[in-house]
Parts: sequence; C-alpha cells; structure tokens
Amino acid sequence: MKTFAMGGVHPEENKISTAAAIEEFPLPQSAVILMNQHLGAPATPCVAKGDKVKVGQLIGKAEAFMCANVHSPYSGTVAKIDTCKDAFGMTKPAIYINVEGDEWEESIDRTPDIKRECTLEPKEIVDKLKEMGIVGLGGATFPAHIKYNIAPDKKAEYLIINAVECEPYLTSDHRAMMEHAEEICIGVSILRKALGVPNAYIGIENNKPEPIAVMKAMAAKFEGIIVEPLKVKYPQGAEKQLINAITGRRVPSGKLPIDVGCVVSNVGTAFAVYEAVQKNKPLIQNILTVTGKKLPSQHNYLVRVGTTYNQLIAHAIGTLPETTGKVISGGPMMGKAVSNLDGPTTKGASSVLVIDEGEATRAQETNCIRCGKCMNACPMGLEPYLFSSLVKNRRIEEAGEHNILDCIECGCCFFSCPANKPLLDEIRLGKNLYRGILMAKKK
Amino acid sequence: MKLLNVSGSPHVHSDESTRKIMWRVNLALVPTLIVAVAFFGLNALLISIISVASCVLFQWLIEKFIMKSPSTICDGSAVVTGLLLAFNVPATREMMWLVIIGALVAIGIGKMSFGGLGKNPFNPALVGRVFMLISFPVQMTTWPKPGENLFSMVSVPTTDATTGATPLGLIKEQGVGAAGDVMQYFIGHMGGSLGEVSAVAILIGAIYLLCRKIISWHIPVSFIGTAFIFSGILWLCDKTAFVDPVTTILTGGIMLGACFMATDMVTSPMAKSGQLIFGVGCGLLTIIIRNWGQYPEGVSFAILLMNSVTPLINRWCKPKRFAN
Amino acid sequence: MSEIWTAVLVLSIIGALFAAVLYIVAQKFKVVEDPLIDEIAEVLPGANCGGCGKAGCRAMAEAFVKQGNMEGLKCPAGGEEVAKKVAALLGCTPEESEPQVAVVRCNGSCSNAAAKTHYDGLQDCAFANSLYTGESGCAFGCLGLGNCVRACQFDALSIDPESGLPVVDEEKCVACGACTKACPRGIIELRNKGMKNRRVYVACRNKEKGADARKSCTAACIGCGKCQKSCPFGAITVENNLAYIDFNVCKMCRKCVAECPTGAIHAVNFPPKVERPAAPPEAAKSEPVATPAPEAAKSSEPTTPNA
Repeated sequence: MKTFAMGGVHPEENKISTAAAIEEFPLPQSAVILMNQHLGAPATPCVAKGDKVKVGQLIGKAEAFMCANVHSPYSGTVAKIDTCKDAFGMTKPAIYINVEGDEWEESIDRTPDIKRECTLEPKEIVDKLKEMGIVGLGGATFPAHIKYNIAPDKKAEYLIINAVECEPYLTSDHRAMMEHAEEICIGVSILRKALGVPNAYIGIENNKPEPIAVMKAMAAKFEGIIVEPLKVKYPQGAEKQLINAITGRRVPSGKLPIDVGCVVSNVGTAFAVYEAVQKNKPLIQNILTVTGKKLPSQHNYLVRVGTTYNQLIAHAIGTLPETTGKVISGGPMMGKAVSNLDGPTTKGASSVLVIDEGEATRAQETNCIRCGKCMNACPMGLEPYLFSSLVKNRRIEEAGEHNILDCIECGCCFFSCPANKPLLDEIRLGKNLYRGILMAKKK
Repeated sequence: MKLLNVSGSPHVHSDESTRKIMWRVNLALVPTLIVAVAFFGLNALLISIISVASCVLFQWLIEKFIMKSPSTICDGSAVVTGLLLAFNVPATREMMWLVIIGALVAIGIGKMSFGGLGKNPFNPALVGRVFMLISFPVQMTTWPKPGENLFSMVSVPTTDATTGATPLGLIKEQGVGAAGDVMQYFIGHMGGSLGEVSAVAILIGAIYLLCRKIISWHIPVSFIGTAFIFSGILWLCDKTAFVDPVTTILTGGIMLGACFMATDMVTSPMAKSGQLIFGVGCGLLTIIIRNWGQYPEGVSFAILLMNSVTPLINRWCKPKRFAN
Repeated sequence: MSEIWTAVLVLSIIGALFAAVLYIVAQKFKVVEDPLIDEIAEVLPGANCGGCGKAGCRAMAEAFVKQGNMEGLKCPAGGEEVAKKVAALLGCTPEESEPQVAVVRCNGSCSNAAAKTHYDGLQDCAFANSLYTGESGCAFGCLGLGNCVRACQFDALSIDPESGLPVVDEEKCVACGACTKACPRGIIELRNKGMKNRRVYVACRNKEKGADARKSCTAACIGCGKCQKSCPFGAITVENNLAYIDFNVCKMCRKCVAECPTGAIHAVNFPPKVERPAAPPEAAKSEPVATPAPEAAKSSEPTTPNA
C-alpha cells in the first residue's frame, strides 16, 4: 500500500460522525460575510448599504491578483459594510446582511438533475472558477483560478485529488464522497480537462473502505480517473506528502507542486467545481462536520458561508457541554482554536470540533530527553528539537540554515513529544522571525 | 462555563510521556532483577532496594534544597538509575553501603549537576559505577559465586567466603582455556555483577522495550554485532590468545550495556545512522579494552567514551531531508 | 643519568619548536587595531544591550573610532556620563539629549480587560501575537508573556502578577530600547523622563473604533478627541481612533487627564493632590524649552502596528 517516504504519526482516528448524513443547515436571521475567506487580499465590496441581494449575487469583487470573488449566500438587504472580528479574533472587512426569504439568482440551476456534459474549453473553465469564487477547500483556501492557470513554462502531468482526510474526527469529505460521488467525478473530469492531463488520481486513506468502494465503482464509468487507496498515516493529506505517496516525486524546498508536474485539489473543491461549472452555483455553501467525543449527537451539515459558530453549535447540540475545553475550526492536528464563537464560518471551514477539557489542556512541559521521537515523526526530515532550542535562544539564522522553512506545520513533532514541549509553537515563531530576517535582507 | 482554551495546533497529543517511558524501562529491568535474586539471593534484592532508595532520596534532596525546583522523582528516572547502578555491582555485603556512595555520585555528579534529567552528557549509572570501580577496586571485583541451582533463595550467604571470579577475570588471568560452557553463560550461571549475568533475562526486557518502541534495534544490534565480529576476527587469527565471539558477547556486561545503558535516550545519538555509529564505537572500544586494556571488562568505559562523542555524532548524523 | 638528559633535551626541543610556531602564527595573523577602540570599549558599560543598534559595546567602540566623532551614535545605557568620557577620548563634544525612560502604553490589566479565552501555548509574546488577539480580545494590548522582561539586560522590567502588565523600574531603566524592539505590538515606547520624572501619556494602543475597543478593555482609548480639544499646547493628535501625546510639546498641564472618559491617559509621579492653579504653570515654567532631540523625536513616532 502506498504512503509517503518518511515520518508521520497515527493519531486516534475518532471518525465518529461518518454515519451522519449531510443535512441542510437552516437560514439565520442575519449574517456576516467576510471579504477575505481565501489566501491573499480581501475582495472589494461591490454592493452598498441598503441594496437588495439575491443568493449567489456577487458582493465582493476580486481586484488584487491573489484574491477570490465573494458571493452572497443569502437573499436580503445589505445592513452595513464594516469590519467584523472573525472566529480567531482578527478584524476583517465584512458585509452584514439581513436575511429575507431565500431568493436565488435565476442563472443558478437548482434542479437535482446531474449534468454530465461539459463543453467549455480549458481557458473558459478557469475563468468560470474565478467568476464563481472557487477556492481550495483543503484548508489553505488558495484561489482555484490561480492554481489552475498553469504558467506557460510549466507543465502539469498529474492531477491529484485529495480525499485522504487524514485528520482525526473530520468526515465532511467522507460524506461528500458517499452522497455525491458522481458529481465529484464530473468535477474531477472538468479539472482534468482544464489541465489537459491524462489521468487524475483520487487518494483515499484505507480507513474509509465505503467511500473507496463507492468512488471506485463511480470512477470506472469515467475516463482517466484512478482511485488510489493509501496506507493510514498522518499527514498523508499534506500536499507534498500526498504527491510523494502517489507519484513518488518530492517537491523541492521552496517550490510548488507544479514544479514537479503535479496539481493537488481537495475532493470538496472538485464538488464545488462541478456545481460552479455545471450548475452555475458560486461557492456559497460547504459541508461541515460538527463533532466531538462528548457531544450528544454528531452532524454533517451543508452550511451557508457566514453562519456563526454559535449558531452551528446551538442548532446541532444546544449548548456546549460544561467540560468543553476548546472549540476547533478544522481538525485537531492542524485546525485553529476558535476564540470568538460569534465569528462567521468561511468557505474553507471544514468542521467544528469540540474537545474536552482534559484533552484540550496541555500537560506540563518537562526537560527534553533527546529521545528523537520528534525527528522520527517529522515527515519533512527536520530536527524539531534543535529548532526548539535555537528559537528559544533567538539563534534564528542557524534555524534557517537547518531549513526551518521546510516545515509544513503538521504538528507530528509536538504530538509525539513525551516531554510535552510546544515544539510547533517554537518552530512557527522561528519561521516568522526567519522570514522577517529574509525580508530585511532583501531590502 | 470555563473560558475556552486557545493554543496553536496540534490540539491533541499522543499518550507518550517521559514518565511512561521511564517506568516502562523499569518494568523491562524486572526480569533481570528476578534472575539476580535467584542467583545471588536476598543480597541482590537488598542492594537493589538500597540503591534505588538512595538514588531517589538524593534526587529529592538536591531538587528540594540545592536546585529549589519542583520535584521530579515521580518520573521514574532516578529509579532507572538506581536499578542500573545496582545491576552493575557485585552482590556482596559491602555493596550495601558502598552503593549509597555510588548513588550519590550517579545522581549528584552524573545527573543533577548538569541540570537534571535530559541534560546529563553521561549515563548517570555508569558514572556512579566507574567512580566505585576506581575508588573501591577490591570490593568492586570481589564476586560471590552464584547459587548452584536456579531459585536457591534459601542460601543467603552470611559471609562472603564463597567468592568466585567472573569468566572474563578468569580468562584474563588464566588464558582462553578458562572459558566455560556457553549455555551456562546464556542463562547467566556465572560470576559477575548483579544484573549482567543472565542474557536471557536481559533479552526479555530488551524485546519488551523494542515492542514499546522505547529503544530501537540500532544500538543493541550494532554494539553486540560489532563486538561479535571484531572478537570473531581476532579469534580466527589466533584461537589460543583470544576468546571465541559467542563467549565474548555472553560474558561480562555487553548484553546489559548494549540493551539498557547504551540505549539511554539522553546520552545516545538521536538519528538512526548516528545510533549505528555509536553502537559500533561501543563494540570496538569494549573489545579493545578487554583484550589490550588493564581491566578484564570494558563496557562501562566504552559507553562513557562514546557518550562523550554523542554531541558530535548528533552534529554529523542528520536525518535525511524530505525536500532534498 | 643519561635518561634525564635525554628527557630534558627532548622537552627543550619540543618547547623551542612550539615557541617558534606560536611566534610565526602570532606574526602572521596579527590584527592591527587602533588602541583607542580598547580604551573606549573600557569606558562603555559592557552590558552588550544593543540599545545603540550595534552588535555590542565593542562594535560600538569600533564605530566611534571609525567615525571619529559622536554624531548619530549614542550609548543610551551609559547616558551623559559615558558620553562625556567617550567625547574626551575622541576629542569632541558630546551631543546633548534628554534622558529617556521606557513607558508601557497599555492599561489592559486583568480587571480592565477581562480574559475571554485562556491562552495555553508557548509563553512568548511574539508567538501569541502571531496566533491570535490575546486573552482579552484586544489585538493591540499587552499579552503579558514577558518578552520585554527577557529582553531587558538591566533587570528593570517585571510582570506585575496582579495586573499582568510589565512594570518599569525607573531607577534601573537606562532607555536602551531593547524592550521596545522585543515587544511585538510596539507597546513600550521611550519617552523623555521629564522634570522630576513626571510624564503624561496615553496608556493605550488600540486603533479600533471606540465601541469595539471598549468591548475588549474598559480603559481603552476610544479616540473621542476630548483630550485633543482640551490641550492648550496642541501636543495631542488623534489618528486611527487613538490619541498620542508628543512629549516634546507636552507641558504637563494634565488637562487631558481630567477630560479622558476612560482614564486611558496616565499622569505619573505627580504629587497625589495638588491645587489646580498652582501646579500646572509651575510645571510649564520649569520645563526646559526642549532642545529638539532628533533621535528622540524619531523614536517617538508610533511604530507601525501589526494587526
């Protein structure tokens, strides 16, 4: 069974919400739509206060290069254009909408029929992705039209669809594959066409036998889609590791996947691409898991962007359990801790994970016993223990010489450290400081 | 409700901890302790208890009164040091008080003077052992005879009249002809330090540690393998002057050293390639000291010498980078 | 007997050989250095605090000698005394400047800015700043994890356990500026010490709108502009919802302190209760017409925030 070359850990899988079918999440009374839900510059609002908007109407226009369009997920009136604190406390430009009814743009095809034929040219597909505000749904929210606009001096050879879902707890991709296999395969075919590559590989970890079976059966009906079961090992879903697992190639330090002829997209993105290209539906909804060991029920929702975390929790379970220690947006290994539950969800949100006190509180840090577990767990072949002491003593340039920027922040080092040292915190700090040094040097 | 916690990812942790590792090492040492008691009677048990108790006590005292830091005796590392120290001394009556001095040196100088667990460059138990060997050479090389039968617990020797010698001592004095039955050596029926005699018991503990992924195969295999090959070459060159390789690895402290002391996480290299170099170095030095040195046994010195070059090995032997 | 002689002979030869090698190496790798560098380095405090912007005291001494005068070079830790000594060695006149002190411009203590989350990560302000806004939700306030305390070479900073904010020991602070660089949020500023150590400053850096700022901290500057209107000297500017008092213009009349609705403006080291008419004019009079110190003015610019 294929997997990546080195390191990795196997955290408890805890996929407890796999059985919960995707439910449509009810509309809120009012909503806040952030203008930067993607990597890069915020979109520019193109509606004014008091304007009536429909579902799917463009409200934030991408003007910068690294930017994506934002569409209204609701119909109603624009209450104000202001800033809003997101779920992590950061102030961001946002549009506030008073929700009235649920009136969609006429151009959007809302019928349940599956549209299989796609007549668009590759260039037109990429333009469509840009128009519909598609971003990568694997976590980094990288604008899709930039990814699929391959520079003329580079050539894509592989399209890799990331359905690994190696993070514990998360099941949104699992459910999407179970319920929308055909749409996903059409989406993959469209992306394959956009890139002009012969084959697309869908990587799925072996702990999801049902989706593997469903996808294999579906892929057989399509040309050039290969389902590739992978050994269960975290962080298989990290771009570089997935490329390595499927193609055996390694993305060199500081390079992008396209430099080794690969383009990686999430399975959720493939579904969004289907809806955008075939159904004219912008990215205004995503599948989101609400899960946690201590929660009375587990859910997978189809949620409109801009729903707050509090609304999600209230609808799913009422109130948080007394012993809640942490609420995480994303998986437990790479997700971000939510500090403001009134913050709205964004395009890239994949889950609301509620972790209990005991697990959420870090244990007391003790001396490093030089066991080397961090080094053996590192999928990039780095030395986290070394970064830890270099960063602590602010010997940042030395850390840079030891390739601290190679770190993909998967968290395997901290996960496996018996001394509970906050290794990844220190590495992140070191990376930031080292980038600062490099910037200063450039000037 | 309590305030929500906020921290960087990852938000979950494996159930590994320093404490778990240390107590598992202690568990792995239990078979060796049982065999030691079986062969050397209650003396062995008493020495072990005294050694462990004094190591823990010294660590507690130093942390409380000198370092003024929170106590870490519960992490089990002092117990490991105590057990290993006890396993490295002969089971004689004098050891019951001498081992206290050894414990003081091991914990005080070998470990705490560098800042505690994780910061010591040398294996603390070996520091204590070598200190005792140099300071009390007679007591440290007076070996009781092991009991005639397994589990001859009743024969607690009242005096140390029945002294024997280690196979290595005999060979050193009387030549290769003095080597005995290999099977007896494997079980551990020979003179020697408490914990070093029985290869079987040590291997049981080592296999447990390997399964628990606390040690990797690299150091024990390269250590024992090097010792075997090097002594084998010597033996093939001159069968009258050198001991055969099987006897070499079964006698003395090679087994104990390779499985429990050279594999000490703190004082051995971290990369697998470095661990191989470390093991090979230990093996070579052991055989060199045994055959051409003053002492009949050289495991402690070999490991300590290799400990001293561990930081260098760590510098040379980097893990392979993914993006390269 | 002959053995002794052999030993003596061998050792002598070895000794002579090594002496020769040492001599050649010393000659070959000799670095010619101005002895003045040593002399100046001797005079400098030797704390290597980096307050001058150089890698250490030795580097600073080299810079002095290279330049030949003291223009633009200042040892903040050494102050007037050291400046005089260095000037004497260099044979120039020392630049005059107002003595300064580090000032913490945040009042987000545990009671003013109640924690809304609990931080459980690396105890380092720079990291916490990159992770999120901080426990109170204020993206501009002190994180209280002590990077400034660790940066201080003079033991002049400590975190007050009650308020969770750093406290400057004015006796010990030499205004080297290490803490201002260590703080990821630019909260600590070097300000003129002022007459009798008296200072008036805005203890807040929050640039959010008033209502938002108040949400995270009751003592936040809400940018209402009352202080600006009340200031008879035009020392206060309000920009991005945040007031700033220029210490080169301020005459310490303290009218703004009374006006501020949130108590964000702090007046320190004034006698506890003074008769209104008496104190301010006196302070105004006794304040020397400040020689504009270009360095100080530059450093007083509010540093760019990293929101």
